[in-house]
Amino acid sequence: MSSITTRDTPRGFSFAEYMTCLTGIVWREGLRFLHQRERFVSALVRPLVWLFIFAAGFRQVLGISIIPPYETYILYEVYIAPGLMAMIQLFNGMQSSLSMVYDREMGNMRTLLVSPLPRGFLLFCKLLAGTAVSLLQVYAFLLIAWFWDITPPSQGYLTVLPALILSGLMLGSLGMLISSGIKQLENFAGVMNFVIFPMFFASSALYPLWRVQEGSPYLYYLCEANPFTHAVELIRFALYGQINWISLAVVGACTIVFMIGAIWAYDPSRGLARRGPAGGEG
Amino acid sequence: MTNPAPIPEPQEAPKPDTATVPALSIDGVSHAYGPRRALIDVSFNVQPASFTALLGLNGAGKSTLFSLITRLFGIQSGRVGIFGHDIGKSPGEALRLLGVVFQPRTLDLDLSLTQNLLYHAALHGISRSEAATRSAELLGRIGLADRAGSKVRDLSGGQMRRLEIARALLHRPRLLLLDEPTVGLDVKARADIISQVRQLVTEQGIGVLWATHLFDEIMPSDDLVVLHQGKVLAKGPMSRVVTEAGAQDVNTAFMRLTGAQTMPGGGA
Repeated sequence: MSSITTRDTPRGFSFAEYMTCLTGIVWREGLRFLHQRERFVSALVRPLVWLFIFAAGFRQVLGISIIPPYETYILYEVYIAPGLMAMIQLFNGMQSSLSMVYDREMGNMRTLLVSPLPRGFLLFCKLLAGTAVSLLQVYAFLLIAWFWDITPPSQGYLTVLPALILSGLMLGSLGMLISSGIKQLENFAGVMNFVIFPMFFASSALYPLWRVQEGSPYLYYLCEANPFTHAVELIRFALYGQINWISLAVVGACTIVFMIGAIWAYDPSRGLARRGPAGGEG
Repeated sequence: MTNPAPIPEPQEAPKPDTATVPALSIDGVSHAYGPRRALIDVSFNVQPASFTALLGLNGAGKSTLFSLITRLFGIQSGRVGIFGHDIGKSPGEALRLLGVVFQPRTLDLDLSLTQNLLYHAALHGISRSEAATRSAELLGRIGLADRAGSKVRDLSGGQMRRLEIARALLHRPRLLLLDEPTVGLDVKARADIISQVRQLVTEQGIGVLWATHLFDEIMPSDDLVVLHQGKVLAKGPMSRVVTEAGAQDVNTAFMRLTGAQTMPGGGA
């Protein structure tokens, strides 16, 4: 038996193996995204409808005073652009995470989960890959928005990148945590009604919070406590080359908490084992 | 495509003194979905360089067992070891030695054959250049080299299965699990796949666990595990199981053990 012990001594995984795995997962997600043009189009249509129709309609209704990070009066379209960028990530994060949880017994998640690398790392890679896809969507949106006179400073396109990565990870892990933890949210309609819409509307995406405060102080506090508000503000400031430290702290902390919670909740020996057998048979 | 030649060398050739360590050991494994018990105190081994058929009706617990071996589900009680590595305690070392072909198709239909293989290699931390070499070699051996750039969607059912087996061997495992891999295939494709897997056993010393409900896929020299309603009813060399059941063939033995009605087409 001694030779067995020697031969089978755990050798662990090298940094290069981890990186190979990470790039492989992101590469595959990117390839799949390129093959799913309708998914790309629908991801773009949603924010563009808000930008072209909703914002145009509300332009005259809602006056925006000069608030940071803006240094001058801005059009309503300019105000809601960061909120719509966050909305793209919100939908993308919820959609991809929901499929990670509910398709876990289907093809691609099974393939992923038999990888010998630690499961937490695999899920992190998957979340990062989902975020990478959301970045493509957001930059495509920014390109179209540029023709609509939403022209942040050119360095803003670069400085917003880390903010988008962080907010994408936060929203993806929140989606995974919610889908793993709340059994009732079994389809995307449920997530839309109970997660996406409340998060989106109770945030600074569509209106500045000082306006909300005038209307309802309680709603204001709710909006302030909404992590999505901070994702929006983090993106808004970063797009103009600034850092909103409070939002950065909130989004950073939420990302860590949600991700740890999501990876914990995904563990099949916990909540998910109750969902039933794999495949069609026992 | 005639009998495909099987594929690369496993991670290390089995050594005589390692024969005592089973490729797969299932020890007292039970599993329940709420009140429903899917597996009850299941124990058996798969030896290296052996072909073990896991025979059971639909719903016997085969897929649950596969989910436990591949750590899709956590082990509730008992122990699963792959070459001595406990899947619960050191899943990384255990899964490194394991190749799996699941019953449902698990290929990316919109990606090419090579892209599917490269993705799998990345999941095992195999570098891109090494992965490209192995992929090309494997596709050659399963006779699909000229289709390397085609979308998987354009393959036949049998070709997809062969690709999945090739993919499962890409990281050179020493234990191969196949969950009803021939379901839905025509006679020729079935024969090709069975022969391909049996060659892996005899020529490369890979331990194979083959879940099936089709009697005609089992040969007298195989090891047999009969799983019924979550329990192991019999295990051992097929000839012994048949004799001990007082039967002439595996079909009758299975019916005697389970009290099941026979089904047309050689199926359990």
